[in-house]
Amino acid sequence: MSDGLIAEHREPGILGISYTMWLRILAPSLIGVIFLGGWEWAVRHYEVPRYILPGPILVAQTLVRNWGSLSVSLGITLQITFMALAVAASLGLALSVLFAQSRIIELSLFPYAVILQVTPIVAIAPLIIIWVDNIQVALLICAWIVAFFPILSNTTVGLNSTDRNLVDLFRLYGASRWQVLWRLRLPTAMPYFLAGLRISGGLSLIGAIVAEFVAGSGGRASGLAYRILEAGYQLQIPLMFAALVLVSATGIAIFLALSLLSHLLLRRWHESAGAGDRR
Amino acid sequence: MAKRYATGTLAVQDVGLEIGRGDFLALLGPSGCGKSTLLRMIAGLDAPSAGRIDWADPAARRDIGFVFQEPTLMPWSSALRNVALPLELAGVPRHEAAARAREMLARVELAGFEDAYPRQLSGGMRMRVSIARALVTKPRLLLMDEPFAALDEITRFRLNNDLLKLWQAERFTVVFVTHSVFESVFLAERIVVMAPRPGRIVAELHVPAEDRAAEEFRTSPIYAAHCREVSHALSDAMAA
Repeated sequence: MSDGLIAEHREPGILGISYTMWLRILAPSLIGVIFLGGWEWAVRHYEVPRYILPGPILVAQTLVRNWGSLSVSLGITLQITFMALAVAASLGLALSVLFAQSRIIELSLFPYAVILQVTPIVAIAPLIIIWVDNIQVALLICAWIVAFFPILSNTTVGLNSTDRNLVDLFRLYGASRWQVLWRLRLPTAMPYFLAGLRISGGLSLIGAIVAEFVAGSGGRASGLAYRILEAGYQLQIPLMFAALVLVSATGIAIFLALSLLSHLLLRRWHESAGAGDRR
Repeated sequence: MAKRYATGTLAVQDVGLEIGRGDFLALLGPSGCGKSTLLRMIAGLDAPSAGRIDWADPAARRDIGFVFQEPTLMPWSSALRNVALPLELAGVPRHEAAARAREMLARVELAGFEDAYPRQLSGGMRMRVSIARALVTKPRLLLMDEPFAALDEITRFRLNNDLLKLWQAERFTVVFVTHSVFESVFLAERIVVMAPRPGRIVAELHVPAEDRAAEEFRTSPIYAAHCREVSHALSDAMAA
């Protein structure tokens, strides 16, 4: 046989990292350094007061100095975020499996999932916080509402995009409904579910922050959003920036972690996880 | 084993066909002549709207292998797991299914590629996996729906040879849908020519086994003569 394995494409590189990958890391880093340098320079040159715009060095110092209290707040926000994401993922998956089993259920429930999605969370968060006594649970519900939909809608699409011929093949061999679901539909839906999960990871953080903002005025929560509000009231702008940096960094970390998870699960078979191609 | 056909769908009309055990039968015709529909009805994937299929042995109805035009593999499973699928769906213990799948992969000359994923394999190799999967249950009837149409000619010739060898060794029954005159003459003993609108059978030609035994059959004058005969039947079918 002359047709051999199609070789995995491997680029030359430095330190085991390909040139394209280096470019991906270095080019944005350079932009970041230029931006931060320009910012620091502008703040010093025009003598901008620190309660209007602190320079990046001051923000970094504030972050380090207040790390003790900020990290506690970060922990609280992360807890809400991950619980919301976990509930959104499991409930989204379960509901989409239910949708895939029955068209009637899908048709009757899907519009309500859309309503839940399009209603701005800022508008319903106060209601939820009034209705639900336990503030943790209230925050969790808000974050869940935001994070839920991408997983549900993506996984539903995935479960319905099974190869028609493979469905026929399973039918030919007398596969049970359960075998079709477990061995055909769920694996097909996996990349879709993971794409939804990556979107929902960021959204559940946003949902948690928004809910904390709304609840924050009550003074009972102490997540990162509450620290931003508090710093704003006290005109501690550097602290506000420090908390903001932490929120962004957390969002990026969640996205990267979920991208890595997706890459590890799909790299062997899915086109999206091709060599060196990570989005 | 025998099947009788008399169906009246839009795609296929008044088709009567008897298939004997061990036959290698090609359904030849242009697009839209209902040959795929006919195949899907034999497989039980579509129900005939009129008429019926009689099986000499009703158990044979479930004893079928099917090869689609596309390899139709599960991209998330290795070649081995893809071939083992029919056995696993039937409840064969996993290690036994794996052993039989391994054996079958070797039969289609893919030993050593058990752990490769479909996307790592070339088009011809994927089709071999697909054929191995269809044969792993040792079916009495193998249905093939233009399985090599999407492959390049060199790969197609090689797979034609290999399929013929497998068939000569095992003598399962084959119904092979194709739109290639040359392929049908090379492979099949019985060539059933179909015409479109509505899909129907217009002719049946035979390529005797002793002709096929000729040295270098594919380039022999006997092969060319059969091809000419089948070509004429096909153009008559198109004109009718």
